[in-house]
Amino acid sequence: MSNNIYLKKGLNIPISGAAAQNTRKVIVPDVVAVKPTDFRGFVPKLLVREGDKVLAGTPILADKMSQSILLTSPVSGTVAQVVRGEKRKLLEVRIKADEKQEFVDFGVKKPAQMSAAEIKEAILAAGLWPAITQRPYGIIANPEIKPKAIFVSAFNTAPLAANPEFALKDEVENIQTAINALAKLTDGGVHISLNAENYSGTPFHKLENVIQHIFSGKHPAGNVGVQIHHISPIKKGETVWTVSLMMLAAIGKLFNTGKCDLRRKIAVTGPMAIEPAYVEGYPGISMKDIKEFYNPQENLRFVSGDALSGTNVTAEGFLGFNDNQITILKEGDSYELFGWAKPFRSSQFSASRTYFSWLTPKKTYNMDTNLHGGPRAFVVNDVYSKVLPMDIFPVYLLKACIAQDIDKMEKYGIYEVLEEDLALCEYVCPSKIYIQQIITDGIALMLKEMC
Amino acid sequence: MSGLRNIVDKIKPTFEKGGKLGFLHSTFDAFETFLFVPNTVTRKGAHVRDCVDLKRIMIIVVLALVPAMLFGIWNTGYQHKLAFGLEDWGFWNMVWYGILKVVPLYLISYIVGLAIEFTSAQIRGHEVNEGYLVSGMLIPLIVPVDVPLWMLAIAVAFAVIIGKEVFGGTGMNIWNPALLTRAFLFFSYPSKMSGETVWTGGMTRWEAEGTAFQCGNGLVDGFSGATPLSHASIDGLNAAGTSFMDMFLGIIPGSVGETSAVAILIGAVLLLWTGVASWKIMLSSVIGGLAVGYLGFAVGSTDLPGYYQLVMGGFLFGTVFMATDPVTSAQTECGKWIYGFLVGALAVTVRIWNPGYPEGMMLAILLMNTFAPLIDHYVIEFSIKRRAKKVKIA
Repeated sequence: MSNNIYLKKGLNIPISGAAAQNTRKVIVPDVVAVKPTDFRGFVPKLLVREGDKVLAGTPILADKMSQSILLTSPVSGTVAQVVRGEKRKLLEVRIKADEKQEFVDFGVKKPAQMSAAEIKEAILAAGLWPAITQRPYGIIANPEIKPKAIFVSAFNTAPLAANPEFALKDEVENIQTAINALAKLTDGGVHISLNAENYSGTPFHKLENVIQHIFSGKHPAGNVGVQIHHISPIKKGETVWTVSLMMLAAIGKLFNTGKCDLRRKIAVTGPMAIEPAYVEGYPGISMKDIKEFYNPQENLRFVSGDALSGTNVTAEGFLGFNDNQITILKEGDSYELFGWAKPFRSSQFSASRTYFSWLTPKKTYNMDTNLHGGPRAFVVNDVYSKVLPMDIFPVYLLKACIAQDIDKMEKYGIYEVLEEDLALCEYVCPSKIYIQQIITDGIALMLKEMC
Repeated sequence: MSGLRNIVDKIKPTFEKGGKLGFLHSTFDAFETFLFVPNTVTRKGAHVRDCVDLKRIMIIVVLALVPAMLFGIWNTGYQHKLAFGLEDWGFWNMVWYGILKVVPLYLISYIVGLAIEFTSAQIRGHEVNEGYLVSGMLIPLIVPVDVPLWMLAIAVAFAVIIGKEVFGGTGMNIWNPALLTRAFLFFSYPSKMSGETVWTGGMTRWEAEGTAFQCGNGLVDGFSGATPLSHASIDGLNAAGTSFMDMFLGIIPGSVGETSAVAILIGAVLLLWTGVASWKIMLSSVIGGLAVGYLGFAVGSTDLPGYYQLVMGGFLFGTVFMATDPVTSAQTECGKWIYGFLVGALAVTVRIWNPGYPEGMMLAILLMNTFAPLIDHYVIEFSIKRRAKKVKIA
């Protein structure tokens, strides 16, 4: 089945600092971090102590709720430090990497000859299970259930996102192996969404054992949540799983080589990145490992992920488990005289026509983290749906979340969205409302009340 | 620029919590953010943000109102000239008279409204919302020029407190505050809001004291001062010597800013161009007005063709600036069509079939403000049901 779904609504944010398609550096990791905070609802149980020797693939943390779900070390080395925050909440396990990487051997396996239970067990043991996200709510997939279907987006429309054709060009075979394995975990098949713009140019359209869908449109057309909404919306009681291409590659490598090898190409991007390009590294690498990409004198923000829905990790922080992009932004903590009253303000972008940036569609902008205004109540009501290609009413959903009205949240579509899907609504909001936080709180409430 | 910043930084601690003037925090903040876009950075969620904010959107609406305001100032003088037969008055005489009459309305509107707005922001500890910049700009344009200032002050206070602040401020209100001001005046002081003599500047004083501003002239013979709405028929208009073009240009008596379709349309172009106001509401309101206007024409209730309804009274002003208020109008795209159509249709219905009220725009918009949430409710219910059905089939 192949169908082209054209999404009219959306917005590509013209931020400067796209990564050039070359690998500028192969990072030899020094200290890497395993972060339970990368996953919603993960309650960590520590399996190692400071000073323990670990290999790449050694379990570091388990989920207290479902102990078969493990997080493993991406590198071989020594557990250097366990970082805790308020109320002794476990934030990071830092591992000092060895010079030479050694891997736990999980054994080469052929998914074609394995049962669903064996496949699950293999992925769980290597610590790759957390790569599979379950919707609704965007939590780690529950290994006990059989999802309606599994969805993969083969393109990313987020601002400055890593180009999968470049970042994963050697991984097509591994991705195919992973798809063959995951296809056994569901009756609904593995759905893969491709971009109409380079359908024939991408190697991913040759993947087999999948159900193909073709999307065209601006961001968030590449968000898997938006794609699911158009392919087969999630109803109450249904669960689907999603997984990124990058993590499919890691899962495939596990079966093909027997190693938990999380090595990936990471796009270092953003207006403040010097000569933005790709680096080769691991999840959990430190921002210090990319120091040739920024000027330490400046007040910068380091985002693991994209500028819309990534995590602010600071200069001391580490890359997230599911991220292959770092965005470096300037902290916009300066005043701007008569900013809103200037007729042109041509150095800044606005999706609204109250400024004139729509006249220069090709221009990119050095965006910073300034809020550009003060928080207000919802006033303007038609800006949100213009950037959300989903058949839901975002303002009503958000108000239901604020009011903690579960019936209405269900009705208005809380099952179908994650923060990233409404990130653009937050971007364009003239009332400067923290929309993604409202969704986060709403999902937390649902998890508390429904499970 | 940095000099100004230094001054602001220097006096800022006085207005912060614990400072000497800490109770004026919101007021200081309002003026500071008026001058400078604040240095706040995003804390969570999207790290970069669009540079548009409510101040920018509100200022666009204020700009869109400027042509209507300027025309209203001139027309106030022009109507005064006609009424008192001031043959020697030139353009600037008329403008000067208009300024003397209209500026006090603005002063009252902004001083009373903003004082309440600042005070309530202060009490709540919120930032001052810029919504009143638009309401304050609208209010003088929709009242008769001779309205006593103390009445206006009371009406503004009522609208801002009861119509807006008790609901939680801009964004939470049910009714358009500017229209609420007018409704308050209309029902509390009907003699000052309707009839034939309130629409022309200087008439009130002439009636009370026997003199008009600056001149001892009496009224010219045959002066009526009525708006076209009070004799809304072909004969009536002919008798008053008012042509369609007069009404389109706006050289007729009426509320300060509502008369000129030309000036309002200039504003409408700006609002539609920038996408600040909904074209759906404007279009559907015009369609609704025309539909009922022609229906009345067809059944013989009025001898004015439907398009006359658009240029008379406050129809166009209401359609462009009041019905499109994003807070009090329908919020769903489909709901906007229904809401706008009903605004236009109801306004003309009141005009044609209710002899008690010559103008129905204000009542139509306020009524539809009340029903907008209901419209949205059904639009959303319908959409959710339709989707559920579609999903079942697929």
